[in-house]
Amino acid sequence: MDVNLHKSGNPGWDYNESLFKSIRINLSAVKARAAEIGINRSVKKQWQAAWQLRALACIDLTTLAGDDTPVNVTRLCVKAAHPISKDIVKMLNMNEKEAKLTTGAVCVYPNQVQVARETLDKCGEEGRSLPVASVATGFPCGQTPLGPRLDEIRSAVKDGASEIDIVINRTYALSGNWRGVYDEVRQMKVACGNAHMKTILATGELGSLRNIYKASLVCMMAGADFIKTSTGKEGVNATLVVALVMIRAIRDYYALTGYKVGFKPAGGIRTAKDACVWLSLMREELGEEWTRPTLFRIGASALLGDIERQLYHYATGCYPAMGQMPMG
Amino acid sequence: MAGAAAQFPFGHILDTLEYGPALEGEALVKHWLDKHNRNFGHFINGEWQRPVDRDNIPSKKPSTGETLAGTLEATEEDVQRAVAAAEGAHKKWSALSNFDRAKFLYSVARNLQKHQSLLALVEAVDCGMPSKEARTTVVPAIIRQFYHYAGWAQVLSEEVQSWSSLGVVAVFPGWMSPLVQLVQRVAPALAAGNTVVVMPSPHTRLSSLLFADICAQAGLPAGVFSVVTGSTLGLLASHPAVDAVTLAGNTLEGRAMRQLVAGSGKKLSMELTGHCPILVFEEADLDSAVENIVMAAFSNSGQNTYSASRLLVQEPVYSRLVEKLKVRMTKIAIGDNLDKNKDQGPLGDPAAIIRLGQLVQEAQAEGAEIFQPSALPSGIHDCFPPTLVTGAQTSSQIYVEEPCGPVLVVIPFRTEKEAISIANHGVSGTAAGVWTENVSVALEVASMLQVATVWVNTYGLLDAACGAGGLKASGFGRSGGKEALYNYMRPSWQMPVRTTNSEVDMDKFGASSRSDLLPSLAAADNLKDGDSPNIDKTYKLFYGGGQKRPDSGASLPVVSQAGSVLGHVPDGGKKDVRNAVEAAVKAAPSWGKKDGHGRSQILYYLAENLLSRKSNFIQLLSSATSKDCEDRARNEVDLAIQRLFFWAAYCDKFGGTVQESTLYGLTWKVHLSLGVIGIVCPDDFPFLAFVSLIAPAIARGNAVVAVPSEQFPLAALAFHQVLETSDVPPGVVNIITGDRNVLTRTLSQHQDIASVWYFGSGEAGSTFVEAAASGGNMKRTWVNYGQLRNFIDREQGQGQEFLVEATTVKNIWLPMGDIFAN
Repeated sequence: MDVNLHKSGNPGWDYNESLFKSIRINLSAVKARAAEIGINRSVKKQWQAAWQLRALACIDLTTLAGDDTPVNVTRLCVKAAHPISKDIVKMLNMNEKEAKLTTGAVCVYPNQVQVARETLDKCGEEGRSLPVASVATGFPCGQTPLGPRLDEIRSAVKDGASEIDIVINRTYALSGNWRGVYDEVRQMKVACGNAHMKTILATGELGSLRNIYKASLVCMMAGADFIKTSTGKEGVNATLVVALVMIRAIRDYYALTGYKVGFKPAGGIRTAKDACVWLSLMREELGEEWTRPTLFRIGASALLGDIERQLYHYATGCYPAMGQMPMG
Repeated sequence: MAGAAAQFPFGHILDTLEYGPALEGEALVKHWLDKHNRNFGHFINGEWQRPVDRDNIPSKKPSTGETLAGTLEATEEDVQRAVAAAEGAHKKWSALSNFDRAKFLYSVARNLQKHQSLLALVEAVDCGMPSKEARTTVVPAIIRQFYHYAGWAQVLSEEVQSWSSLGVVAVFPGWMSPLVQLVQRVAPALAAGNTVVVMPSPHTRLSSLLFADICAQAGLPAGVFSVVTGSTLGLLASHPAVDAVTLAGNTLEGRAMRQLVAGSGKKLSMELTGHCPILVFEEADLDSAVENIVMAAFSNSGQNTYSASRLLVQEPVYSRLVEKLKVRMTKIAIGDNLDKNKDQGPLGDPAAIIRLGQLVQEAQAEGAEIFQPSALPSGIHDCFPPTLVTGAQTSSQIYVEEPCGPVLVVIPFRTEKEAISIANHGVSGTAAGVWTENVSVALEVASMLQVATVWVNTYGLLDAACGAGGLKASGFGRSGGKEALYNYMRPSWQMPVRTTNSEVDMDKFGASSRSDLLPSLAAADNLKDGDSPNIDKTYKLFYGGGQKRPDSGASLPVVSQAGSVLGHVPDGGKKDVRNAVEAAVKAAPSWGKKDGHGRSQILYYLAENLLSRKSNFIQLLSSATSKDCEDRARNEVDLAIQRLFFWAAYCDKFGGTVQESTLYGLTWKVHLSLGVIGIVCPDDFPFLAFVSLIAPAIARGNAVVAVPSEQFPLAALAFHQVLETSDVPPGVVNIITGDRNVLTRTLSQHQDIASVWYFGSGEAGSTFVEAAASGGNMKRTWVNYGQLRNFIDREQGQGQEFLVEATTVKNIWLPMGDIFAN
């Protein structure tokens, strides 16, 4: 799998309101489609296990808490670099490439970037190539003046983050100031430099699916490499309904510009089964290319553990105890 | 490593992220089939009966052609046994208390719930439907049906007062979605107190047989539900002890059934396939529309009653929509219908493959563009790829012919008005989808589409609480809701109809006017020798708001009971009916759209004006009958005035309701007018019957072409004075006198007439009306089978039956919601 993110960047597009201002989205119809995603496709046996491995490779293994310290950040990083326990690697007779699978990235607060980067650099080849993503711009609410928000990005990049998860200005979005949203995100893109920018829409706070579509398109025009559903701190997490709308925007933007923008659902995806549904969603709505970590990430912390347990079950036919898998 | 790779061949899957197969196990089905030794009998009188020396018809799995089990081909004797059992059981079943009958239906619902997997699998295996559809759509729907109708059984006497069960109902589910079509009919028929005999389609018999097992387990009394397998529908449909027939199928099958039971007195309801359109307007959510269109057109290989086969798209979004649709269609996977990762399995009817192939080829030769992105699987029989046809015209055969398969033809339109006229053009009227976020457009289009079900921003939703079915040539009667109960009930005052002499010569009936047109020797008004003649009152036909001379230029004498000639009325014929229907067709739309208050004002006005001419009408009536009948004439006119008042009141009290479906939003039931109704009046109560029949029809927004009593037409003909002075718009009521059979023939064969009400004497006229309907627009009919009706009686003269016959049910589904988070 090609994990080189920097090939698929999105340089952005001139602000053009006519591309989104008359968007129509019917919630009940989107809900009906969302309800089908989980039942229209299904993976079993070795396919299921392979899909779980793919999901694992797309995880942005995340810790975003007030009590984060080097102790738990280090633990997280080591797990991200070696997510599958040796036992399972052995039981499944994984080949070298499979055995070296890592998560897509680790995702932390700006203050933890440095320690995360240093830890990973000590984790061998797998760790060195594993990106550190940092949230920034007054995460999760963004209610901070623009200057400090931009500084936050620069600081995280300087500390070694190669991916920045920014939050958009919901005040602007809800008041219909899409130009304002665009201009800010554009400046954030500049501040990111070579780092990849994921824009968090905080969909749970945008009020309508139309706003979600607009925010998606505005962010992509402003240069987002990924659009991301939520911070994990809003009342509504990543849902398939929201995802469908964002994915449509990605499709429309691709048709317009030829640039492929990635998608990152975050919050609430905890089981291997859920993860497979999300992969299926990406595959059906955008294509297989969008199921790879270059264009798809899942922001999660508990998911990895469940995938490991499912792989164990696949290998042995037995369900492991919660504490049986190595702690991450 | 090679061994390990074989054991865990991730590499390949990890690179491509294929789905792999997700096959449903068939063990349950096999177990059930084995329990029956893979050989089914008929289910009659609560037990499996296996008469010997019957042909054995194999039930096959469409995807492989493998024989699943043998089923019997019924003989007359088998059908007789089943019907006799049903007839025998009806007495006790219909006499059960509401609560007791409700408990039985409830028990069926419970037992269906216990066997969901088996039901889904049997349906999928037997008819080629994707098992995930059977699981997620079919099975929940049938369970819901039985719970819903258990409820109707419980509240029947409160909610359907003065109606009774019919007796034995013959049920013919189609082959496309047999289980749903079975239950949609059986549940309301049983709830209403009937017993049923089912004859499933020869292609798809197994789910009906499984249903019999479940009914037995649910403890349904013997004879209440029976299944006979056979391919001669007539054996069951024509059985003299069968009181009602209900069928799901295509238009051809519907025509044949209409013909078969014409004149028999059996109540018929039919739900026929639709050729349904989806209309996409420029303000639509295009991506959702695309998703929905794929489901509507291609699920179950486009073989559902409601499958969409026409896609009408507004010009500004046409290219975008087609592009999006093409992209989406590349994701449709065809294959084994038991594989959860396949969206489409084999067709239920193998013969369709050749027909569809020809249609597509022809269209291509005519210059249409064919898009068929999905690869056909190897090893699965009888699949046809989802097909999108662009560049065809509304005159292309592929657009005109109903595909009954996964073929969708896209046609662009310019305006809302044009969209409606394209969609309404044609004979079928099952369902339609409308896509727009503009609520004004949605509601206007939904109300103007001539179909029984409109889905706004959704498609294919059905619920036990909402009666689905068809308008125009797509059938009559409804499955679902209170409206379905009327398929299986009759007004309690009515005796069961058993016709004895219903044969009719279709070529001769009413083909020419009777021959006694020459002036008779008796002078009008009983002039004696030497008296100077009165100034002759010239009666004329009344249509288009004016009095018209008949095209024939001839008159018929009206003779009193004493034998004297009272006058001459025009001998109206084919051309006069044509003119009258033309006037009615012109008047019907605006009359139907007129608000109820406005219509009621006019009916009250009619009553008022009739009152002021009361003595005139009494005189006309009593002169026609005999002097001592003046009291009777007075009573007739008094009651006629009351009837006008009664129906004036109902002008704004039967518009519809909101159905309690499972939808988040509104399912809005509208009681629509039918359009133009042809009404043939009886000779009994020549004036009261005339008024009793036309008043409800016009009260509910229909235009009528009425044929008054042939014997005593004068009062009805004189009614034009009342009509003319009461602001009735021209064309709403048209009156044509003449030879009743000639006029009946013309009305029955006229394709612009939506329903014929026949109250003439003798059984032949009723048979003719019903049989003629099968050939043309499959119009609704309401006939008396030669039985007299006492129009004086309240129930008989103004019962709820009149409302049911004067309207049809349309359901408009309006999902709602925009709130998903803060």
